[in-house]
Amino acid sequence: MDLQRPIHELTAAYRRGETTPSAVTEAYLARIEKLDGRIGAYITVTAEEARATAAAADRRYRDGTPLGPLDGVPLSIKDVFCTRGVRTTCGSRILERFVPPYDATLVARLAAAGAVMLGKGNLDEFAMGSSTEHSAFHVTRNPWDLSRVPGGSSGGPAAAVAGGLAAGGFGTDTGGSIRQPAAFCGVVGLKPTYGRISRYGLVAFASSLDHPGPFGRDVTDAALLLAAAAGHDPLDATSIDAPVPDYTADLPRGVRGLRLGVPDEYFIAGMDPEVERAVRAAIEVLKGLGAGVERVSLPATPYALATYYVIAPAEASSNLARYDGVKYGLRVDGRDLVDMESRTRAVGFGAEVKRRVMLGTYVLSAGYHDAYYGKAQKVRTLVRRDFDAAFGRVDLVVAPTTPNVAFVHGEKEDPVAMYLNDVFTIPADMAGVPAVSVPCGFTAAGLPIGLQLIGRTLDEATVLRAAYAYEQATDWHRRRPELA
Amino acid sequence: MTYDVVIGLEVHAQLTTRTKMFCGCPTTFGAAPNTQTCPVCQGMPGTLPVINRRAIEYGVRTALAFHCRINEACRFARKHYYYPDMPKNFQITQYEEPLAEDGWLEVDLPGGATRRIGIQRLHLEEDVGKLVHEGTLETAQASLVDYNRAGVPLMETVSRPDIRSPEEAAAYLRAFRAVLVSLGVCDGNMEEGSLRCDANVSLKPAGARELGTKVEIKNMNSFRNVQRALEFEVRRQAEALDRGERVVQETRLWDADRGYTRSMRSKEFAHDYRYFPEPDLVPLALDRRWVEDIRGALPELPRARRQRFVSAYELPEYDAGILTQSRALAEYYEAAVREFAQPKIVSNWVMSELLRELPGDDERAIAEAPITPARLAGLLRLVDDGTISGKIAKAVFEEMFRTGEEAAVIVRREGLTQVADVGVLEGMVDAAIAGNPRAVEDFRRGKTAAAKALVGQVMKASGGKANPAMVTRLVEQKLTRS
Amino acid sequence: MISREEVEHVARLARLALTAEELERMRAQLNAILVHIDALRAVDTEGVEPTSHAVPVVNVMREDEPRACFPRDAMLANAPDRSGEFFRVPRIIED
Repeated sequence: MDLQRPIHELTAAYRRGETTPSAVTEAYLARIEKLDGRIGAYITVTAEEARATAAAADRRYRDGTPLGPLDGVPLSIKDVFCTRGVRTTCGSRILERFVPPYDATLVARLAAAGAVMLGKGNLDEFAMGSSTEHSAFHVTRNPWDLSRVPGGSSGGPAAAVAGGLAAGGFGTDTGGSIRQPAAFCGVVGLKPTYGRISRYGLVAFASSLDHPGPFGRDVTDAALLLAAAAGHDPLDATSIDAPVPDYTADLPRGVRGLRLGVPDEYFIAGMDPEVERAVRAAIEVLKGLGAGVERVSLPATPYALATYYVIAPAEASSNLARYDGVKYGLRVDGRDLVDMESRTRAVGFGAEVKRRVMLGTYVLSAGYHDAYYGKAQKVRTLVRRDFDAAFGRVDLVVAPTTPNVAFVHGEKEDPVAMYLNDVFTIPADMAGVPAVSVPCGFTAAGLPIGLQLIGRTLDEATVLRAAYAYEQATDWHRRRPELA
Repeated sequence: MTYDVVIGLEVHAQLTTRTKMFCGCPTTFGAAPNTQTCPVCQGMPGTLPVINRRAIEYGVRTALAFHCRINEACRFARKHYYYPDMPKNFQITQYEEPLAEDGWLEVDLPGGATRRIGIQRLHLEEDVGKLVHEGTLETAQASLVDYNRAGVPLMETVSRPDIRSPEEAAAYLRAFRAVLVSLGVCDGNMEEGSLRCDANVSLKPAGARELGTKVEIKNMNSFRNVQRALEFEVRRQAEALDRGERVVQETRLWDADRGYTRSMRSKEFAHDYRYFPEPDLVPLALDRRWVEDIRGALPELPRARRQRFVSAYELPEYDAGILTQSRALAEYYEAAVREFAQPKIVSNWVMSELLRELPGDDERAIAEAPITPARLAGLLRLVDDGTISGKIAKAVFEEMFRTGEEAAVIVRREGLTQVADVGVLEGMVDAAIAGNPRAVEDFRRGKTAAAKALVGQVMKASGGKANPAMVTRLVEQKLTRS
Repeated sequence: MISREEVEHVARLARLALTAEELERMRAQLNAILVHIDALRAVDTEGVEPTSHAVPVVNVMREDEPRACFPRDAMLANAPDRSGEFFRVPRIIED
């Protein structure tokens, strides 16, 4: 069975009766059983629940009443989305045995659309990382080269989609955690506008930066997954109350007449020359399809990373304060309450989480608050203004997703070197604007490269339309890793 | 040495919304432990707060009643400290951008003077849960947590340090409570913790400009305790200063059983709350029209009502003060006056009879009084038209309160109608004179009081039903004539 | 530069029991990151409003309508320690 076909082809096969959700679900579960020991894409596989959901979808297809374009589609869900009755760990010891009594809005919407959850995808602990090496349970490996990282933090779902261990997936992007692993794994990863997909039930890392979004094998799949997940949620005060368009409808309209801006600041010294070459070639392809291309400047870009490493840890230190061994999760006994809490957190959190909690606590503390946190919030305004100014002239910003390709496990032990991975993805998170990463080539060593398209607030349709035009003009998205 | 006392009060009031500040759990007091919670108010991973519109409305209503400036832009912030009764280990509150600032409350002091106490700020926040210690806090080996109260809307109002004595503090608190209760935003029940008060107290040499070191007093859970605690603290500080000691800036707990304040152990290191804007909530830009609608719907406040009672009903200040102690009582009184237009008589009956049976500040008890204002008016009409005497009326009132019946029904059934037949009364007066030659003798010797004794005899003989005015006239006629 | 004492203070604020070795490593790593962050000082933000939300939305509120609470057992199911109807915590020594 072809487990590497896109969702829109899979559901067409369901409708034609060529196969069934149950048969496909079984095949995915068998492949996970066979391969995931080596890839490590999942923390928890929910085989029984998946079978029951698939069987219900079988009946609907048999009756000719499928729920929609995701009915019976097997997905990997990053283990930061709360799932009622299924443990939700965030890749952390501190939540190893946490079983939520409720579903995240995203999970509930996917269930209502008939999607089949195969399991909970691996991630860097609490979504803090760019390599999925910082999960408390195990690393995830890149299906294109098992010695390399899949990127992160949503490395589990990205590797699952690339490796044929799920038809699609959902992750979260706070500093690049969807787009960077999508680029590293050669799949499509979309970070929609902040508030476009509800955060209710998404275990928070940095609340003002957390964006849920889909992984797909191609742009059409990403559009279908976005459409099912997007929309206003009264349980999330930051969710946007705007209608959800049919994101697939405009895909074939092409890029003729669109103005693309190429930011000088996204082509920096030290970036992988193969990446730069592939991205510049991709821009030429878009030009050839009729898009206008011009240079733009996003001058605050060099400061975005530093800004991010103030705001995200600050919010994280606050969001993670609740893990204290009192209400849920791990408890390590101590002499008294404070001792118990301090030990629980010291044992329950990994090194990277502790580092960011410390950093965040420090930048918010008395005496430093204005110099760090206050300043970062103002620089964040400058990052937003950059995009506002650019989008006054162009419809999309086109850039590399990452300055390099998937690196070898253990290669980036220095935290700052690791953080530099996110230098091209962080600005769109800071500004809340939609951005996608689409495959745009391979290095000589056979590692995928990602092209990033960034659009105006709530203009996912144009982002997807340009990505689709590029995808249809190339065949990168059809390549799949060889996995024995 | 004499000192000027400087006191500022911080009052936390639980709002009477149906649901919590940021989730849909009910706020009912006294439910079984941990039965009024959900993932949001228990701070479960992934949950998000959403602001309760009514809590904002109640905050605006109160701020307007206190003449505050409503901030057109306000927002919530996170305040961080670890305590197990606070599920997220941060409290969602307001910091740099509170709902309202710069108002005042007019307070009537015992003795008739009036003081205007400044309100510095008013903001909204979420309450914490409750800890039950296995033993006392000092000796407990473990504590138990109930999150029912976590997330209940609280309104914090900070006064300016305008209060000059413990007595004034108590008066401020009473006036404050009366405003909140009449606005319908808080039930004002201090015993259940619906209203909690902390104080900042400092002393300075009389007339000095520079403020003294301030001490924060917590845990004063009744009006009486606020006054007692502050009196103790003022004395303690004065004695320390008299001895030439310095007052230490600290937080002290009032121990109501032992009647003193004691220092909370000094902090190992100072609190560092690390405030920042709550990223899960968006800012509020209050619609001016909404604020004006709320202003337009403000009920009459206790002080204004009291002044109106004096001018409109020509009542003494004292009566007006008592009748306006709660909204329900004031409404009761006005409803009765509408039916029986002799305001002072109605006031007398409400104050002496109704308030003997019911506490005047208990809104619910007054609103549900077994004698409705209309029935009280019915009773007073029977007195007014001479059907029954005032004395009988008091007995009828008690019976009405017990049975809930109308006055006329009781008077008819019990045969309490006043005797006003001259023939019958003459017979009774004659009998009384015949039976009391001594009284007659006394009267003749100029002791006019003896006539009163005879009237009393007649009234007693009639079972209180004789018309007292007619009896008095008859006794006087017969004594002077014979 | 963040000092060892500051690292200890921050660890206390963050309720993290760190070993002496961890504190030292943390100090070095935080300093390396702070050097990078200090680049922000060079940015001119005179008169710039702070951004706390990426997409400006205001006045999101819900009506005061009660929703069903969760059953107590569901809410206590994840408790590391409970006593009957309550969550249970070790003795509290005020800090």
